[in-house]
Amino acid sequence: MKRSSYRRFMDGLRSTLMYVAIAIVCLLLLGIIGYIFVRGIPHISWEFLSTKPSPRSGTIGILPDLLNTLYVILMTLVVVLPLGVGAAIYLTEYASNKKLVRVIEFATETLSGIPSIIFGLVGMLVFVEFFGLQSSLLAGALTLVILTLPTVVRTTQESLKTVPQSYREGALGLGAGKWRMIRTVVLPSSVDGIVTGCILAIGRIVGESAALLYTAGVAHNILSLAQAVMPNTPGSTLTVALYMYASERAEFDSAFAIATILLILTFLINLAAKFAGRKLRKN
Amino acid sequence: MKKTNPVLQATEMIMRVLLTVCGLAAVGFVVVITGYLVVSGIPAIRQVGLIEFLTGTVWKPSQDQFGILPVILTSVLGTFGAILIGVPLGLLFAIYLGKMAPKPVYQVLRPTVDLLAGIPSVVYGLVGMMVLVPFVREVFHVADGVGLFSSIIVLTVMVLPSIISVSETALKAVPHEYEEASLALGATWNETVFKVTFPAAKSGIAASVVLGIGRAVGEAMAIMMVCGNVANMPSLFSSVRFLTTAIAGEMSYSSGLHRQALFSVALILYCFIMLINMVLNFFLKKKEK
Repeated sequence: MKRSSYRRFMDGLRSTLMYVAIAIVCLLLLGIIGYIFVRGIPHISWEFLSTKPSPRSGTIGILPDLLNTLYVILMTLVVVLPLGVGAAIYLTEYASNKKLVRVIEFATETLSGIPSIIFGLVGMLVFVEFFGLQSSLLAGALTLVILTLPTVVRTTQESLKTVPQSYREGALGLGAGKWRMIRTVVLPSSVDGIVTGCILAIGRIVGESAALLYTAGVAHNILSLAQAVMPNTPGSTLTVALYMYASERAEFDSAFAIATILLILTFLINLAAKFAGRKLRKN
Repeated sequence: MKKTNPVLQATEMIMRVLLTVCGLAAVGFVVVITGYLVVSGIPAIRQVGLIEFLTGTVWKPSQDQFGILPVILTSVLGTFGAILIGVPLGLLFAIYLGKMAPKPVYQVLRPTVDLLAGIPSVVYGLVGMMVLVPFVREVFHVADGVGLFSSIIVLTVMVLPSIISVSETALKAVPHEYEEASLALGATWNETVFKVTFPAAKSGIAASVVLGIGRAVGEAMAIMMVCGNVANMPSLFSSVRFLTTAIAGEMSYSSGLHRQALFSVALILYCFIMLINMVLNFFLKKKEK
């Protein structure tokens, strides 16, 4: 039987619209990536990566910003991992009060919806001013703990739910206490989920700028890890450095070079998350 | 009677308490954030007057004039514009990705969307500032390319990944029986996807749109670089200011009532976000049913 010409026309129209939409999105992304690489790659050099900005010679180096990003990632993860994994364990293993679980899950969802500029503002009020940490990497990292908490809780919770109930019953049946059962049986079988959560959290930290601008501050000094964890040591991460170079100082070449590095980092993080996620699904 | 090791028992107790504390941390954070915003946002509103604050059109901190109507309107219109362009684009993309793409194409497009989602917002801002703004200036013959138009384009790109990912998941969750029934009645695959699968996934798709709205309302750094950040009434081709960029732009040097007024702006933004979250929860609950 032949389809009416109207139906064939509509089929064609819908397909065309769809392909147009795909073309637009793909071209947009290719254009953005291509443009950043073309403008950024020529300005990446060993000197750019391994020095700090020098006002005397007018050169820009991003070693401090790279290190600061690393420090912020480390400090945030050190706090958010136990906190987030603990919260997920509580929600899936301990909590017996349905109402309380719902309240906690609602709070977690709410946190994941709050814009980062609000985190930045509250982080400034609480950590920078109330706790007197001043603009510091520490205050920035603590702000990011709140920002990344929902990500870690959610991924850990998902992987805890995939641990078969029989594992738990087996451990409890052998006389293990609840915590012992969790530590020796449940947690080892959900490591992949925790790793995925970690990677996603790192992705958010690397990309974050609004929450850090007024908490971690802007400074380009080379710090050691011991200095970085002290209060009152401000430092800019890669994203904040990009923003400052582009908006305040019109150093566009350096901004594009940083953007190139950020793109490569994003790509690597996505790859790692995908890899970890695939492993998670296999188990 | 078996003997239990007191150390083990104590560990069990301590861990139970510690984990409970971890579980309650999220609730604590939300309470602290809400509390701080309310406590620090109310004084300026009280001093200026709620009506005056929300409907005033002049923002001149030096003369103690704090009206944020232009800022609110800009945020609303900017979000609306981004959704207007982003939703058709994102949904068509999601339909192809979720229902029509052959496997090899899917394996290219899916990471593409993830990459789009992962790119830091300042990078979008940078490209917008260096490419989009000069482009708008040339094409539309305006003094400067900054303004609502450029902001809307940047926001559109930034809401696309959330719309695509969430609606793709919703489309994939539609039971195959629906589609098979439609195919058996003689509909083409194209007709089936658009007329059966798509309506069946509508609460998930609505959730994706609301999520996109939340993203657009909350975005700060990217549009800060393309909006000009002056509190004019919204217009496509002259400087405008969003709720988020008002906070990000002036926080560093404000003091006194000005600073408090910025906290009030944050409170208003927070109320918007809470409203959006509630709508989102409504759609997600509906989806579960």
